[in-house]
Amino acid sequence: MGKLSLIIKREYLAKVRNKSFVVMTFLSPILMVGMVALVVYLTKINDNEIRTIGVLNESNYFSTDFQGTESTSFVKIRDIDLEAAKDSVQKIGFYGLLYIPDEPDLEKVASRSFFYTKDSPGSNILDNLEDVFEDRLRLRRLQELGVSVSDFESVGNNFEINTANFSGEQNLKGITEIKAFIGGAFGYLIMMFIIIYGGFVMRSVIEEKTTRIIEVIISSVKPFQLMLGKIIGTSLAGVTQFAIWIISAILMFGVLILVFDIDPSGLNSGASNAPGLVGGAAYMAASDSAMQLYANELFRIPWIMLITFFLIYFILGYLIYSSIYAAIGAAVDNETDTQQFIFPIILPLMLAIYVGFFSVFNNPHGPIAVAFSLFPLTSPIVMLMRLPGGIGEGGVPIWEVAVSILLLIVTFIGIVWLAAKIYRVGILMYGKKPSYRDLLKWLKY
Amino acid sequence: MNNILVAKEVSKQFGNHIALNKVSLEIPKNSIYGLLGPNGAGKTTLIRIINQIIYPDQGAIYFDGKPLQPHHISMIGYLPEERGLYKSMKVGEQALYLAQLKGLSKADAKSRLKYWFDRLEIGDWWNKKIQELSKGMAQKIQFIVTVLHEPKLLIFDEPFSGFDPINANLIKDEILQLRDKGTTIIFSTHRMESVEELCEYIALIHKSEKLLDGKLSDIKKAYKNNIYKVGLGVQSTNGLLEDLKDKFHILSSEYVDGGIQLNFTVQLPSDDTGPFLSHLSGKANVNNFTETIPSANDIFIRTVQTK
Repeated sequence: MGKLSLIIKREYLAKVRNKSFVVMTFLSPILMVGMVALVVYLTKINDNEIRTIGVLNESNYFSTDFQGTESTSFVKIRDIDLEAAKDSVQKIGFYGLLYIPDEPDLEKVASRSFFYTKDSPGSNILDNLEDVFEDRLRLRRLQELGVSVSDFESVGNNFEINTANFSGEQNLKGITEIKAFIGGAFGYLIMMFIIIYGGFVMRSVIEEKTTRIIEVIISSVKPFQLMLGKIIGTSLAGVTQFAIWIISAILMFGVLILVFDIDPSGLNSGASNAPGLVGGAAYMAASDSAMQLYANELFRIPWIMLITFFLIYFILGYLIYSSIYAAIGAAVDNETDTQQFIFPIILPLMLAIYVGFFSVFNNPHGPIAVAFSLFPLTSPIVMLMRLPGGIGEGGVPIWEVAVSILLLIVTFIGIVWLAAKIYRVGILMYGKKPSYRDLLKWLKY
Repeated sequence: MNNILVAKEVSKQFGNHIALNKVSLEIPKNSIYGLLGPNGAGKTTLIRIINQIIYPDQGAIYFDGKPLQPHHISMIGYLPEERGLYKSMKVGEQALYLAQLKGLSKADAKSRLKYWFDRLEIGDWWNKKIQELSKGMAQKIQFIVTVLHEPKLLIFDEPFSGFDPINANLIKDEILQLRDKGTTIIFSTHRMESVEELCEYIALIHKSEKLLDGKLSDIKKAYKNNIYKVGLGVQSTNGLLEDLKDKFHILSSEYVDGGIQLNFTVQLPSDDTGPFLSHLSGKANVNNFTETIPSANDIFIRTVQTK
């Protein structure tokens, strides 16, 4: 135990003192936040640009319908023909020209109207224009049917079904997605951690081989001790780095929100734009109570359970993958030879993430989700995406969790045993790029 | 127990390749033991088995009379042929780490390192990084780390490869002093000259098998074949050589100094030199008469060829 902790300490210090590690630790959050800031900034610039659209209206309709907005303004063009209008609009540098021909009836006017632009137009502008036409056409048809505008609005066109689980508790729309998203975030975290720090473990093993210190060390400690110490030390360094990132990200976003004066609640309001003419105060109250419900629901997510399982899946999953990485590092002489072995490791990780996002989000307890949350190489990620729904009734069946963890433990023991064998032989092999067949042979040494 | 290490019929196979085939050795305490053989003979495999880096398929190793066990690691010092240090670690830190891995306490390791650093006059290197050191400097560190925990058995695999002559001499002197203090030393090498100089005992390993082992002087005795170099002062070419050629097995001969000196080598039927010398007496002046003792290299080549 004494030797193991010595190795862990050395690996940890070697990692955190490494210059590029230090630089990455402090630069990454700045880069991340900087990128977000840049995106926000650019979006603002983009939105501030006012696009001017020329309107050549030869019909008797739409005379007052095209009103300028924050980002678009309309300029009426009169008394010239279409070709001349196109020319002049282009010369002045307008964004586009809306041509409305003179036809006897509205339907025809609408269907023969054209919007000319230099490049293909932005979708938000098209939406604006189409809305105007749609409104006008709808009004016309309503008139034909003899329905007044106020009657039509009172009909309403939005309906959301109430949902509840069998024990009668009310469900909130979208909460499944939110839960899956939280699980997905955990899963994604595991994947990133495995790829980044597994790679560190691998490079550290390669370094010991290329500096030829490996034989000196394993004449003092067991290769397995060295491998384990390396994995643990590197992951502790990783946890340190992640902790610094999370803390500094929170601080930086705080600063960002102050500097750019972003209203965090504004991010949600767009999605919940209620239709109809509900009064401002009532609307606020409604959204507040919805927020309250969501908040309650989020509090009701079994966080302690979730974090416990996150730790279990994280530790087991990480140990499985990083011991494979260590074995790869031991098998090769330099990093360029690792590619052929790395791809098969990344594959199940990517698969887990994609299956998670495309299948588990829609149907957290469907057959695909179940299969991938039992398969040990994908279960750490996929199971975590399912778990926010709870365990037992309404959530993941207890037996699935038990089998998944059991399989993970068995795989963990098996893989670590195999990896340790490859590692033990590989660290003393120089000068030859091994094939998969060589690795199989090493298992028998 | 007079043997620090005994190997009994140790065999090791890698896939289809037999690395060691029933190799038995006895390494006496307080000796310098040469493990000789060409590259790829199996020396390093045997050494790795002694260091418990790999395990034999068959056979057993006894350390100081007891079956080899993990805790024996702290009583063995090993300088591998493929050796190196962490590049980006500081000298002192690294030496401390390696010493602690061998089971020394931090304080103990520190005071012993101070002693050795002063002894080899490298005290001011403590805070340097390995990548700032030259190869010869790094080798001094490696040597110190190998001997620091005062092992009973030291194993050097090709210790002088890569050492410059000055450092090689320095290390040789240190090794001899360690021997005088009671340490047993195993030398693995394919360079025979260093063997003649240092080793009391040798074992020859070739193609995974031990060909011979024992005390170097005994082996030499066994391998000497009664060949003598003789220098005679003669008056003239008076038929003495022809007479000798009739009666003895002359291997080569030549007249030097204008014909007044006859040098030749002769192989006698036994190590009794009496008949030969009495045959010469009265016929010529014996200026010199020496027995040629085979070098380790000769023995090695002869053994490998007769095998």
